[in-house]
Amino acid sequence: MTKKISILIVDDEESVRDSLYSWFIEDRYHVECAENAKVALSMLESESFDIILADIKMPGMDGMEMLRRIKAMRKESIVIMMTAFATVDTAVQALKDGAFDYVTKPFDPDDLSHLIRNAAKLITLADENVVLKEKVMMLENVEDLVGKSDAMQKVLGQVESVAQSNSSVIITGESGTGKELIAKAIHSNSPRKFFPLVSVHCGALTESLLESELFGHEKGAFTGAMYNRKGRFEMADSGTIFLDEIATISTKMQIELLRVLETKRFVRVGGNKEITSDFRVICATNKDLKNMVEKGTFREDLFYRLNVVNIHIPPLRERVGDIPLLVEYFIKKYCTSMNKPPIKIDSAALRRLEEFSFPGNVRELENMVERAIVIGNGKKIQVRDLPLEKNLIDSSAESLDDHEKNHIFQILTKYDWNITRSAKALKVDRVTLYNKIRKYELKSAEDK
Amino acid sequence: MIQQQITLISFGYFRKDILEVIAEEVKHQFLLPVIFREGRLDLSEFYDPARRQYNGNRLLKQVDAEFSSDAAKTLGLFSVDLFIPILTYIFGQAALNGRTGIASLYRLSNERYGIEPDDKLLLERFTKEVIHELGHTFGLVHCINPSCVMHSSNYVEDIDQKEQHLCMPCRHKISIPDFDD
Repeated sequence: MTKKISILIVDDEESVRDSLYSWFIEDRYHVECAENAKVALSMLESESFDIILADIKMPGMDGMEMLRRIKAMRKESIVIMMTAFATVDTAVQALKDGAFDYVTKPFDPDDLSHLIRNAAKLITLADENVVLKEKVMMLENVEDLVGKSDAMQKVLGQVESVAQSNSSVIITGESGTGKELIAKAIHSNSPRKFFPLVSVHCGALTESLLESELFGHEKGAFTGAMYNRKGRFEMADSGTIFLDEIATISTKMQIELLRVLETKRFVRVGGNKEITSDFRVICATNKDLKNMVEKGTFREDLFYRLNVVNIHIPPLRERVGDIPLLVEYFIKKYCTSMNKPPIKIDSAALRRLEEFSFPGNVRELENMVERAIVIGNGKKIQVRDLPLEKNLIDSSAESLDDHEKNHIFQILTKYDWNITRSAKALKVDRVTLYNKIRKYELKSAEDK
Repeated sequence: MIQQQITLISFGYFRKDILEVIAEEVKHQFLLPVIFREGRLDLSEFYDPARRQYNGNRLLKQVDAEFSSDAAKTLGLFSVDLFIPILTYIFGQAALNGRTGIASLYRLSNERYGIEPDDKLLLERFTKEVIHELGHTFGLVHCINPSCVMHSSNYVEDIDQKEQHLCMPCRHKISIPDFDD
């Protein structure tokens, strides 16, 4: 899909507007005209144009003033100034004020074609740059989907088969299981991959903010709305919109969302112009939407509209077999980003991780590994580098002595068997600590 | 296929044999009957003394108002130097998806560029320009295929680079069957 370049022609002479209009329309551009700067600026408030071709001498606001205002509104706009009375001063001033080029009327047909082609090339490159950056990020994210367990392989299989379609998808799973990563994987494997994946965290926004975020708003729609703003649906045109925490949206928003999903048309907050956008919807939630439908807190029609395909990501505790792979992947990831040589994980530490319940799922494991690399000795991740103490109290230790023994051992391990620092942490003197070590026959790993 | 006819109207003197060759090629490209008329306009009304050229925008409007009908695509043939206010010259122009176009052979002859006259080449260029402008009246925009007659040409050399016919995609766009059909 190639983007159609849009051009706005601003000139007070009708014949010039008509001539340029006819010329550009034959070259497949989307063209609109304005007879003066005021009309042009008001058009630019509701619609964005890739290239603005403006006359300098116009009654009322001149082209130079309009150029400054356009640049203040949208810095990246490409504005080409035209004049029948060229002077070096105005040319220099126009370029200083941010004009892309300055041309004298009338121009050779070939010069005009070249000028517009160059501007269009710049726009295409800028767009490509954005898409490529997103693509690079996405590739990293797809790589983040690590797992050889049957459960994870099933999820990856579903991602592959659903990616090529346009169907709505609901991704369910506990917090931290990687729902957003799955959404990114679906998008980056779909035909929409060269267009944006726009994420909206519905739970983080109030109803009115979410409305403005999704649909955009017009200047003056509410206090503080100083400029027009594109909504996320508009930004996701030709791409995908990812609505995270969909279960948190209000009943009113559910109705509005249903309407947009059905028609793919909407109006900005405070506006009256209908906007069409071609997007695919992927939602995520850690709630049981079906249960919410039964309770009447989530609209049934919206649920069925969204739930064309359901992908459930199992919690990490149900795919313990993936933990070694994930640990290895996170070690590689963080050692690379911290410029450290790759390190290993102690088998005891890995065993402890496999025994851990991970209520925060993969995200918690990732944070644990990152922390261990930061605070560890730089050679091997040890049990002491992992914040598992509180969760892994030996259930067989029932007596007070057993607990004391475990606690002293953990502190000694934590301080690398440095008696002074361990005694200080335990708030006992060194002699007492030595006595306890003898009493419980505690030994460091090296002494064993 | 659009059930219409094409009317070519000559303004000023054109050799009959040249017009016949153009008409034959136009008929072959659009598969429509082509008829000829001679038109009369006081061209001095369209002359811009400052530019010493003829205003293409106004001529197009005049031909459309005086000579065109909804039943046909009409193309005015001229031999004067055409311009539009924003450009130094044009070879021709047409209303996109409209009913009227104009084309001039003034800038198509080798003599304008200090080269030996070549009547055959001039005829080829003019035929291409006529088909190109008629293509616009059928709603065709500039084609990216460099050999298609609808490819944009700003110089006569550009016209020489392209063929005299519409490419397959352009033919399909206006529902003209393939040559083999």
